[in-house]
Amino acid sequence: MTDHKGLGGLDTEATPGSALDREIRLPLGEHELDAPMPSRHMTVNLGPSHPAMHGVTRAVVQLEGEFIRSMKLDIGFLHRGFEKSCENVTWTQCFPYTDRLNYVSSIMNNVGFALAVEKLCKLDVPERAKYLRVITCEIHRICDHLTLVGAMAMELGAMTVFLYAIEARDIIYDRLAELCGARLTSNYGRIGGVARDTPEGWIEKTTKTLDRTKDYVDEIDELVSRNRIFIDRTRGTGVVPREDAIELGFTGPCLRASGEPYDIRKASPYLVYDRLDFDIPVGTNGDNFDRFQMRMEEMRQSDRIIRQCFAQMEPGEIAVQDFRYVLPPKPLVYGTIEGLMAHFKIVMEGIQVPAGEAYSYTEAANGELGFYVVSDGGGRPYKLGLRAPGWPMLAALPFMSVDSLLSDLIPTFDSINMIGGEVEQ
Amino acid sequence: MASELDTLPVITTRRDEAQGFLQGLVSKSLGWARKYSLFQYPFVTACCGMEYMTVAAARYDLDRFGAALPRFSPRQADLLIVVGTVNCKQAPILRRVYEQIADPKWVVAFGVCASSGGFYDNYATVQGIDRIVPVDVYIPGCPPRPEQVLDGIMLLQRKIQGQEHKLIDRKPLPVVGQEPTSR
Amino acid sequence: MSKVVIDALVERFPDAVYEAYVGVGGDDCVFVKKERIVDVCRFLKSDPKMLFDMAPYITAVDYLGQEPRFEVVYNLLSLKTNRRVRLRVKVPEQDALVPSVTSLWRGADWFERYCFDMYGIRFSDHPDMRRLFMYDEFVGHPLRKDYPLKGRQPLVEERDVRDIVRGPGPATRD
Repeated sequence: MTDHKGLGGLDTEATPGSALDREIRLPLGEHELDAPMPSRHMTVNLGPSHPAMHGVTRAVVQLEGEFIRSMKLDIGFLHRGFEKSCENVTWTQCFPYTDRLNYVSSIMNNVGFALAVEKLCKLDVPERAKYLRVITCEIHRICDHLTLVGAMAMELGAMTVFLYAIEARDIIYDRLAELCGARLTSNYGRIGGVARDTPEGWIEKTTKTLDRTKDYVDEIDELVSRNRIFIDRTRGTGVVPREDAIELGFTGPCLRASGEPYDIRKASPYLVYDRLDFDIPVGTNGDNFDRFQMRMEEMRQSDRIIRQCFAQMEPGEIAVQDFRYVLPPKPLVYGTIEGLMAHFKIVMEGIQVPAGEAYSYTEAANGELGFYVVSDGGGRPYKLGLRAPGWPMLAALPFMSVDSLLSDLIPTFDSINMIGGEVEQ
Repeated sequence: MASELDTLPVITTRRDEAQGFLQGLVSKSLGWARKYSLFQYPFVTACCGMEYMTVAAARYDLDRFGAALPRFSPRQADLLIVVGTVNCKQAPILRRVYEQIADPKWVVAFGVCASSGGFYDNYATVQGIDRIVPVDVYIPGCPPRPEQVLDGIMLLQRKIQGQEHKLIDRKPLPVVGQEPTSR
Repeated sequence: MSKVVIDALVERFPDAVYEAYVGVGGDDCVFVKKERIVDVCRFLKSDPKMLFDMAPYITAVDYLGQEPRFEVVYNLLSLKTNRRVRLRVKVPEQDALVPSVTSLWRGADWFERYCFDMYGIRFSDHPDMRRLFMYDEFVGHPLRKDYPLKGRQPLVEERDVRDIVRGPGPATRD
C-alpha cells in the first residue's frame, strides 16, 4: 500500500542503495505529534473531456487533502447504440459495428462475433482461415498493448515512450493496411472465414516488421521498467487482491496480474491455439506495475505465436466454400445463375442463421470478450449482446482508488485499459 | 469569426467592404501568425482518437504545422478539434467547451461521426456536430488516414489566411448563450 | 461440455429449475424461476463441487410478442473447475422485478444497471439502481423492441442543418 509519509511507494527491491533501502526514522516519534484537522471533503469533477480519462468518463471524486474518500463514476458519454444498430442490419453488416467497439484491436472483435455466429450455424472454418485469424488477432493484441504502454507512460511523464510506442504501432499498421485495407478498423473477419488472403511477400515483410517492433519494445523496457519515478508511482498503487479480482469479474491481464492464471487461450482453446506453444505471464501483487509488466510480456508472447503461425500455415481456402454463408467469387456471380442468386440473397436478405442463442468467449487484449447472439432464423440479429472486457475493471475503479492519492488514480485508470468504445457499446 | 467571412473579396466597389492597404497588410500578417500557431483543444471521444494520436506523434508530425501542443483548457486554446462520435449525452459538454473558448476560434470536425454522425444513425448520436457548433473544416474518414488529417489542417490554414483579421476588433462580442443560432 | 452442472442443479432444485438442455457448442443451459435465482446462484457459488466464482456476463433479451416478455441471462464461470453454465430467467413485463445477485458477485452490479437502463427490468436489493448509459432526462428504455431506432431525445437545442453555409469545397481550392 502507499506510504503515507509522503515517500510514495516504499519499494526496497528496485534500486539497492537508494534512500528507501534504509529504515527511515522520523524525529519526534511517528504520529504522536500529529494534529489532524478535520476538514470538509472537496468534490472535484474529472470531467468527460479530460486528457487522462481514456475515452470519456466522468469521475466525481470527494477529496480530503489529496486522498480520495469516495468516487462515483458516470459513463455513457460514448454510448453509440451498438446493439440496437446491429439489430437493424444484416449479419455481415454487423462487422464494421463490431470493429469500432475495441478500436485498438478491432480484429479481435470481428473474430469473436464470427465465432459466435459460426457456433449457431455449426460452421467449421478452413485451416488457413483459422491461422489468419490468429495471426491478425495477435498482431492487434500487440497494437493494443503498445497503445496502453505508450499512453500509460505518457501520462506519468515519459513522452519518449509514447512516441516510440506509436511509431512501433504505425509500422504494424502499414502491414495491416496491406492485408485488410484499413489501418485501424479493419473489417477483416467474415462469417465462415476471413475477407481476403495475404498479398505476395506479406509474410516476410511482417516478420521483419515484428523484428523492428521487438526492438522498440526492448527499448521501451529499458527506458521505463527500472525507472525510479515510474516504479514509485506504479508499484503499490491500485492494488487488487486475487479474491476481489475474481469476485469483481476481472479477466485477462488484470486478473493474471492479481495472481490467477486464467487465460481462455489455454483453458478453452479456440481456433488453433491448442497447436501453438506460448506462456502465460502471471503477476503477484495486482498493482499497476504488475499490470504494466503483463502487457510488456504478453507482447513478447504474441510475437512468438505469430512466428509459429507463419511457420505452420499452409496455403488453402480462406473461407468456407458454402455459398449460403460466404459470397461466391466474382466469376461465378457474373457467370452462373446460382452464383448470382447466392450473392443477391446474402447481400439483400442476409445470412439465414438458424434460430437459437450462443455465447462465444475469446481472449481479447483486455480480457474475456464475449458475444451473446440470439437469432430468430432470419437475416438480422435478434439480439447481439457484448461482454466488454474492460467493463468490470472500470466498475471496480472506485474500489481500487478509495483511500489512495488522487495522483494514483491516473496510473490505475491507465493500466486497466478501459477502451470507451467497448465499455459503452 | 468562424464561418462568416471565408475569403476576402479582391475587388470591392462599396467603401465599407474595401480594405485599405495597411489594413490588408495587418490582416495578412495576423492571418499568417494565427495559422501557424494553432493551439488545439483535442476533444477526443472515440476511435478517431487513435488516429489523432498518430497524427500528433513522430511520423505524421503535427508539430511542423505549428499545431503541436494540445492545450487541455479551453481558455488557452483556439482550435477545437472534435475527434470521434459525439452523442446526445456529450452534446451539452461540447457546447459548453465551445462557448468557453475565446475568439478567434475555429472548429474542425475530425472523422465522419463528428461531421455527420457516421453510420450511427440511432437514438444516441448527434448527427454531426454542426448541429451544435459551427464548423470550419470537415475531415471525413472512418478513421481518416493521417495524411487526410494533415490535408484538413492545411485547408484550415488556408482559410485562416483568407479571413479578415484586425488588431482591434470593434465587432460587438456575442453574449454567451444568446448567440444567433444561424451564422 | 459435460452435463455435470445441470444434472446437479436439476437434482438439487427440482422445483426451481426446468428445461435443462445442452445448447450449441456444448454450452450447458437451464431455465430458472425468477424468485429462486439467488438460491440457485448461491448454491452454484458456494458448493465445493461447483465453485462458480465469477459472473462474467449478465444480460437481458426482449422477446416482444412472447409472454413472459423479457429474459435475463446469466453466464457463469468457474475458474477452479473451468466450467461455464448459462441460467435463463423469464421475466414478465408487468412484474419486472428480479432479485439481485450483487450480494454474491460484486461485479454483477453494473450488468444489472445496464438491464434496467436498456430494458426496464428492476433488481431488488441492488446497491445503486439507476441508469448507466443514458442520461437521467431520457424517457424510455432504448433496447426494447418497441422503442424506435432513431428516437433521439436531444439535450442541446440543435440547429437546423440547412442553415449552414458550406464553404468552398476541394474543387475550388488551389
